[in-house]
Amino acid sequence: MKRSTILVVVARFLIPLIMLFALYVQFHGEYSPGGGFQAGVLFAAAWILFVFIYGLETGLRVIPTRVIYALASLGVLLYAFIGLLGVVMGGRFLDFYPLLESPHAAQQAGIILVEFGVGITVATVVMLIFLMFAQRRAMTDAAERNE
Amino acid sequence: MLLLLLVVALAVLFTRDLLKATLLFAIYSLTIAALFAVLDAGDVALTEAAVGAGISTILILAVLALVPRHEKRLFGHNIPALIIVFITGAALVYASFDLPVFGDPNNPVHVHVGQYYTQNTYADMGVPNMVAAVLASYRSIDTMGEAVVILTAGIGVFALLSVPVRRRRQSSTTRASEEDSSS
Repeated sequence: MKRSTILVVVARFLIPLIMLFALYVQFHGEYSPGGGFQAGVLFAAAWILFVFIYGLETGLRVIPTRVIYALASLGVLLYAFIGLLGVVMGGRFLDFYPLLESPHAAQQAGIILVEFGVGITVATVVMLIFLMFAQRRAMTDAAERNE
Repeated sequence: MLLLLLVVALAVLFTRDLLKATLLFAIYSLTIAALFAVLDAGDVALTEAAVGAGISTILILAVLALVPRHEKRLFGHNIPALIIVFITGAALVYASFDLPVFGDPNNPVHVHVGQYYTQNTYADMGVPNMVAAVLASYRSIDTMGEAVVILTAGIGVFALLSVPVRRRRQSSTTRASEEDSSS
């Protein structure tokens, strides 16, 4: 693949900014538009841009496939765990009030934690889907070369 | 802006080049995201811009790297399909007569739980963004279901695409690349 200097320089400048914006969207979600879903997609977009510039192998060195599988499940598990924590501490499933003393702080902590779980799952699943298509392409190419 | 949406949608319908259609869809998503932003729906606008214009375009491009770029030309008309589309369209138009009047304060959306949310969200949890409060706290079981659905989608794509490439598939992709280079 031909390397374009402009693309590389602009992408190197943009990738950290996109990631920072994703984190802002994730953790500022109760005050401004945003939340786990949007943040996860933005974070995955930054990674996909990284893969476009540096290649899939380098991208997988940043986050190995096993880590992607584990994190995709961990996000949902974190969500369910927060829900069960509410049950353990004397409330109902996904009831955030028993988590902390002050009701407002408890609600905000619960919202931030479950949104974080959603963010992890969305980011890794989008990465996984992209990875699957990219690897499929590599597989078909290799099969054609072997013919 | 609605006119622009209509023009882009028609252009998507009439183009045979799938790459062009994908990019037109991205334009469509960006336009509709701007429309949501104008309507003060910040969360929806952000989602539409990130998911509709960004990620789904990239994923469709990734799929286009696997399949031929041009749509196959079909000849003649598929009469049963036409009948089904006509009946569905007629049913939708008929159902639209039962929709509540636009902007009526007695509409279900205004008299049901929505009113409770707008009045009590800040007192209940001190969160200014009502969308986040409804999504993550009032309706958190729904959101958990959504997260599970996303995980399931990932598992589905993984199950479909991680199997080894078969012989028949190879021949169809080589034919596709020949078609691509000849056109």
